Amino acid sequence: MTSARRTSYGVKGAPYAFLLPAATLFALFFALPIGYAVWLSLHKVRVFGLGLGAGARKEVWAGLENYTDALTDSALLHGALRVVGYGAIVVPVMLGLALVFALMLDTDRVRLAPFTRLAIFLPYAIPGVVAALLWGFLYLPDVSPFYYVLNGLGLPQPDLLDGGPLYLALSNIAVWGGTGFNMIVIYTSLQAIPVEVYEAAKLDGATPLQIALKIKIPMVAPSLVLTFFFSIIATLQVFSEPTTLKPLTNSVSTTWSPLMKVYQDAFGKGDIYAAAAEAAIIAVVTLVLSFGFLRAANSGNKQEEAR
Amino acid sequence: MSSLALRKSAPAAGTTPGTAQGPPLRRRIALVPTLTLLLGALYCLLPVAWVVIAATKSGRELFSTFTFLPGTGFTQNLKDLNAYRDGLYWTWMGNSALYAGLGALLSTAVSALSGYALAVYRFRGRETVFNVLMAGVLMPPVILAIPQYLLLAKADLTDSYASVLLPLILSPYGVYLARIYASAAVPGDVVEAGRMDGASEWRIFIRIALPMMVPGLVTVFLFQFVAVWNNFLLPYIMLSDDEKFPITLGLFTLLEQGANTPALYTLVITGATLAVLPLIALFLVIQRFWSLDLLSGAVKS
Repeated sequence: MTSARRTSYGVKGAPYAFLLPAATLFALFFALPIGYAVWLSLHKVRVFGLGLGAGARKEVWAGLENYTDALTDSALLHGALRVVGYGAIVVPVMLGLALVFALMLDTDRVRLAPFTRLAIFLPYAIPGVVAALLWGFLYLPDVSPFYYVLNGLGLPQPDLLDGGPLYLALSNIAVWGGTGFNMIVIYTSLQAIPVEVYEAAKLDGATPLQIALKIKIPMVAPSLVLTFFFSIIATLQVFSEPTTLKPLTNSVSTTWSPLMKVYQDAFGKGDIYAAAAEAAIIAVVTLVLSFGFLRAANSGNKQEEAR
Repeated sequence: MSSLALRKSAPAAGTTPGTAQGPPLRRRIALVPTLTLLLGALYCLLPVAWVVIAATKSGRELFSTFTFLPGTGFTQNLKDLNAYRDGLYWTWMGNSALYAGLGALLSTAVSALSGYALAVYRFRGRETVFNVLMAGVLMPPVILAIPQYLLLAKADLTDSYASVLLPLILSPYGVYLARIYASAAVPGDVVEAGRMDGASEWRIFIRIALPMMVPGLVTVFLFQFVAVWNNFLLPYIMLSDDEKFPITLGLFTLLEQGANTPALYTLVITGATLAVLPLIALFLVIQRFWSLDLLSGAVKS
């Protein structure tokens, strides 16, 4: 390669060369699997004759059959409803707590802020499976300190791993694990607000609460939008927490959440075609929700700017 | 972190007029915020404290004594854990360290290259490449994991270390962070100056840009390390040989067996404690390097 060629070609080709590893990995581990999943979702296995011999089982075109089956499958629908109920608890509670803690950390004359900030962020370092395992034991009547106390006081002891309380129990694990991270995101953007912005309000005699509600919260709205967005995505994909609690209770079925149903169909029942169609439906719902949400957030921002 | 320290001193400076009015005002604590934060800290630390204490109990004590009272079985629990299938537990810990360490390192390298390219160069398809990569963030992992499993099975690679490592190297979030950091930390003039001096693009990246990106890349590495360490679904799908399990999957299988034999509960609890402690220690060390500025940069754009 001559040097003249390198300068002209080198600069132009450089970004593509730098992106080559990412592009290769994307093709192999994102694009190809997605394409394969779509292909699978449009096929099914038909058994010929007695189902014996080499040619007895064949992949045949199924059209949208897997999709119509999935959409009319009550197990998948119930899983989706459970996740909606779970998300309706997790997202507002987690983000509400994160916002409150972030505002408290940002208050004047607050004590122990570095310690509490670290303590609340700490669960982020603990794997979801281990978190579910820890809480799972705390929910077990035989070992739980809560039951020990309730028992001592002679109070009724609700079964936390069944019925309605199960939602609270599962939501609590997610809230415990996620509040700190969201708190840090919100707190960091609070820190980025110049002090002068509310110095004037303070001189005018605004209370800390008024400053928080009227100045701080509107100014961190973009990071609230972002944390909301990521929380929704994470909620739709809940898998490891209910899976971990499963050995501790009979109330968590193998199809508790939609992703568990996909896993169960693919590896439990071995019907990868149905699983692929269900996975595709979940992916489409996620994408539609995401883009819809991002568009709504963007148009909101534009209105803000126009004012 | 440095900007944090700076900002912390700002309100203190603002309150100096107050100190002139006398010492009582200066000592006043914002009671409600402090108490709220303490409650939050208690909520977050309680389960961790519980598991550490529970790890000191023998199987019988676990079900009989008050849960926050330390027991006498810690050394025995350790011995049992050590003896379980010839120290399989430590193999799991080693595997997790390998998956997370190597995975995060490779992932950071790929993120650095891509982030730099997307930040510094103007080229055809730049936004398309970026948007396509970002769509990867939205893909539920199980959607990818099942066909990944089937494809890796065709390549005879399932149930191997590679099957857990390879799919995690490309992290759309890592690329996103690296891009933001590169555009903030690497000035275009410096790249241009390097070109004037006749340095190749690769040399400019390695010798000039990469050192400037190091603080941001540390954050990318830490995010990836935690993400891989915490990962459950991919190894759950890919692996069947428990010698290759990471600690999350190992503890899960222990718990699954423990559901039928409560004697294994103490093993699970001790194992969970030992798995959590090094992570907390690591966390305490790294949080000093944790670039909060980068996070806020990510939020603002």
